[in-house]
Amino acid sequence: MTEAEIWALLESVPDPEVPVLSVVDLGVVRAVSVEVSAPLSLANGEPSVTITITPTYSGCPAMDMISMGIRMALMEAGFKKVNIVQQLSPAWTTDWMSEAGKRKLKEYGIAPPLSNKIVDELFGEDHKIQCPQCNSMNTELVSQFGSTSCKALYRCLDCKEPFDYFKCHR
Amino acid sequence: MTNIAIHTDTQTALCDYVLHLADTNLILGQRICEWSGHGPVLEQDIALSNIGLDLLGQTRSLYQYAAELLGGEKTEDDLAFLRSERQFKNLLLSEQPNGDFGYTIVRQFLYEAYQQLLLTELKKSSDAQLAAIAEKSLIETNYHYKWSAEWVIRLGDGTEESKSRIQKSINEIWTYSGEMFIPTADEQLLCSIGIIPDLADLKDAWMQKVKAVFAEATLTMPEEMYMQRGGKTGVHTEHLGYMLAEMQYLQRQYPGQIW
Repeated sequence: MTEAEIWALLESVPDPEVPVLSVVDLGVVRAVSVEVSAPLSLANGEPSVTITITPTYSGCPAMDMISMGIRMALMEAGFKKVNIVQQLSPAWTTDWMSEAGKRKLKEYGIAPPLSNKIVDELFGEDHKIQCPQCNSMNTELVSQFGSTSCKALYRCLDCKEPFDYFKCHR
Repeated sequence: MTNIAIHTDTQTALCDYVLHLADTNLILGQRICEWSGHGPVLEQDIALSNIGLDLLGQTRSLYQYAAELLGGEKTEDDLAFLRSERQFKNLLLSEQPNGDFGYTIVRQFLYEAYQQLLLTELKKSSDAQLAAIAEKSLIETNYHYKWSAEWVIRLGDGTEESKSRIQKSINEIWTYSGEMFIPTADEQLLCSIGIIPDLADLKDAWMQKVKAVFAEATLTMPEEMYMQRGGKTGVHTEHLGYMLAEMQYLQRQYPGQIW
């Protein structure tokens, strides 16, 4: 299996909390490398694969599930040696989320991250977030902290529906 | 009897410093998670637990690094669950009981204002792993700081009741704020070789930050007072022992349990 094929395979590994996103869409997979050991070594030509991942939020409880999901998918594809390496720097950012990922999020009912950083100024007006249900821009922030670390809670003032915003992280 | 070990060895000093950062986050994270299900409104209950979770996550990275520096068989779990009170190096500020919502907010604000400044400097640390953890944690800390500072202003510049209560909390907790800036021998050593910033510089920046928010909140800065110290070197207030008893009970009763 080539590295490109492994990237394609990882597209099928879902994020456990937002299952419409794959771990690749989320930008969690940073590198893939396949090494074939020397034919005369004990492993005898068995390829081993190393996947470098980075955590989204430090406390995200999904990271262990993500590691396991990746390991299972690769083992099912025939790899016996799967190394998963965690890398902290550069720190994960929502800028790494794929365009396909952002589209899937919106279809799922979660407003995708904008590329605007949190407004540092206290009580600073947040950037307008579009309602994923009715597309209105007439929305307001309820709380910067939502059902998971990566989401903020918003409400739409037109269709009156509450919704999650996958907040910008950078 | 003195409990302050003077380290000449950088590796040991670094390990103890990383444990100090980890312990503070762990204890404060545990404290604010005590609010789960008890917050004044649902959104703020969730916010507190979210912040607690971030702190615990950062703690894990720090304990993992400390375990690596120790180099033996010890794991992150051993460091969190099997050290005793005198071995914990957390700030006294972090172990103080939650009090009312205002007290929790002030404690969080004073700490996050410090964290934001400290992590900004630690990002430039000559120690690559400490810099990486700081870089990652800072992005989360920016959210925590903003949340807590806004609440200080809402409560201070709120009703007569909220103002008098948060002012009382400030006056009570202030004596635990100075410890952040009193360097231990470890911190002096690490500062001299560029691993951590000079705490005196941080103190000035911190005072300005806190002053500005208190001014906007129409709150009064306390007068200069005696500052409690000891947490960084393992001498704690009576509150830590009770917390550890609750947190460590399972690992001590049933050693080796994992999730």
